[in-house]
Amino acid sequence: MPMLPDSHGRFGPYGGRYVPETLMPALLELEAEYLKAKKDRRFQADLAYYLKQYVGRPTSLYRADRLTKKLGGAKIYLKREDLCHTGAHKINNAIGQVLLAMRMNKRRIIAETGAGQHGVATATAAAMFGLECEVYMGTEDMQRQALNVFRMRLLGAKVTGVDAGSRTLKDAISEAMRDWTTNVRTTHYILGSVLGAHPYPMMIRDFQAIIGKEARKQILAAEGKLPDYLVACVGGGSNSIGLFHPFLRDPKVKMVGVEAGGSGIVSGKHAARFSGGKPGVLQGTMTYLLQDENGQINLTHSVSAGLDYAAVGPEHSLYHDQGRIEYTYATDTEAMTAFDLLACEEGIIPALESAHAIAHVIKLAPKLKKSQVIIANLSGRGDKDVQQVARMRGVEL
Amino acid sequence: MSRRLETTFQRLRDKKEKALIAYLMAGDPGLAETEQLVVALEQAGADVIELGVPFSDPIADGPVIQQAAERALKNGTSLRKILDSVKSLRQRTEIPIVLMLYYNSIHAMGCDQFCKAAGAAGVDGLIVPDMPPDEAGPLKGPADAAGLPLIFLLAPTSTPSRRKLVARESHGFVYYVSLTGITGSKLSNVGDVQDNVKKLRKVSTAPVAVGFGVATPEDAARVSKVADGVIVGSAIVKRIASHQQDPKMIGNVAEFVRSLKSAMATG
Repeated sequence: MPMLPDSHGRFGPYGGRYVPETLMPALLELEAEYLKAKKDRRFQADLAYYLKQYVGRPTSLYRADRLTKKLGGAKIYLKREDLCHTGAHKINNAIGQVLLAMRMNKRRIIAETGAGQHGVATATAAAMFGLECEVYMGTEDMQRQALNVFRMRLLGAKVTGVDAGSRTLKDAISEAMRDWTTNVRTTHYILGSVLGAHPYPMMIRDFQAIIGKEARKQILAAEGKLPDYLVACVGGGSNSIGLFHPFLRDPKVKMVGVEAGGSGIVSGKHAARFSGGKPGVLQGTMTYLLQDENGQINLTHSVSAGLDYAAVGPEHSLYHDQGRIEYTYATDTEAMTAFDLLACEEGIIPALESAHAIAHVIKLAPKLKKSQVIIANLSGRGDKDVQQVARMRGVEL
Repeated sequence: MSRRLETTFQRLRDKKEKALIAYLMAGDPGLAETEQLVVALEQAGADVIELGVPFSDPIADGPVIQQAAERALKNGTSLRKILDSVKSLRQRTEIPIVLMLYYNSIHAMGCDQFCKAAGAAGVDGLIVPDMPPDEAGPLKGPADAAGLPLIFLLAPTSTPSRRKLVARESHGFVYYVSLTGITGSKLSNVGDVQDNVKKLRKVSTAPVAVGFGVATPEDAARVSKVADGVIVGSAIVKRIASHQQDPKMIGNVAEFVRSLKSAMATG
């Protein structure tokens, strides 16, 4: 298997750098600096230190016995990214990129956020290093994730609402790119998923690959063999590629990425790019997109703000075409069922994003033998979603 | 291959004039009005029309052009209809028309099919703000075959090696972005623009047009002193937006364009 991406930031036909010229020098600088940092022992030692002492890594690989018994098939393990500081895997990337920003002498940080987890992680890392931080967030997302908006403000970040388009993640990314275009000399843009122009998809994958590296060691220690299946939700695709990447060379390990099926594919209200999309260019990268016949980007829908996005990371597009990873979806309703099940069976309230992965586990596990093993990535905890779920159920808090 | 763009810059150079490039969002408020605006702006002194193709997610554009794109999309404007409009305009005018469009609009139609259609309609060049020369490979062949020059952007942040790359790959003219930012921002230091244009001239013989942030006749006059062309976008689009309900909208916008051109001549 060749090293991906190639020197042009391509994963096969996907990826690349589709950005205004103003940003090209910054992307080239970022790539050069990242490649230097990657080989720099000091940088890696700093990163390892913060991941261990501040984030709380390694996160555990928890054997979910009651869920396993309930589903009556494969043995289910949960990779507990929900136990990371700030409550999701997003902090792995935020710490890495803040360290890079400091190397590049950029003292202002901007980020986009959908569910608010990346925004909180970035605000957290920026606070810890004393950097100025501004987070762009669609106004629709600000409403459904009000708690995270307040958390970011507590952490000293400025949260700027974006009232354009669908007022969700996509529009927050566009606005962050515009800010970066304007302030590129002083500002580093911490993109939160394996999206956007090269080197972001590569760099963020590398920062998140810690998930899979740990899981690989942990499952070998626990089971003495590799897992049969890996399951993770796919919005932009950073938690999934983080878990999957260190297993890509193990042909017997099957991988399933779970997109947001929203109200169902037929309804058109979803964010399942591999079920309803085709390749195109959005926000810096060539990848599968939900778009109309004229190339206008479709509005998406998901109960989970973190999966509610019209594009998917370009590396996923390649593995989709190659058939190396299977992509499916879970609907809002299926995700809610999984949310409840995990809470009641295991005492873990998952993020609505991660509940999509669990929803697939519910379908998959009973079809497998008891000797088979599934690792599901529990990418985040559901505290941020409690208010929204209450609202959906008509419960006043 | 049409020579409208080349001929226009040559004619202006002979007269020691600078080109006024007027940006319109196609389909704002409607395509019929866009066609009327093209003709009226030519009469008012515009030398080149840059026709924006509305896209749902225009990352290089500020709020004025974003909102114009939303209005155009809402009334059903599409790339195909815009090309039909250009075709019908060609019955009435020979003013060079370059399209400014995001790459996904081209990709969705297919590079080949798009370039053939655009060339046949009478388009004179392409500006794709989210496609630096590094990514232009698939578009280059079809654009060449259809006689459509690719006009690339150069920015204040561009390094010397990127300046060379843009100079080498850009045809028709080079679009120098006057500021580090998005369309409709405030014009910064014209001295910096001048320095960068000078550096560009050392590696390029193509005309240089300067855009982003040119909003007033005074801006146009200042920028025209240091470049071959001045691009005015958001200021025109803003005027169209604020006169949407006004029956004299076209006359009003034409008047503004006349004031830009006259400032460039006397300033």
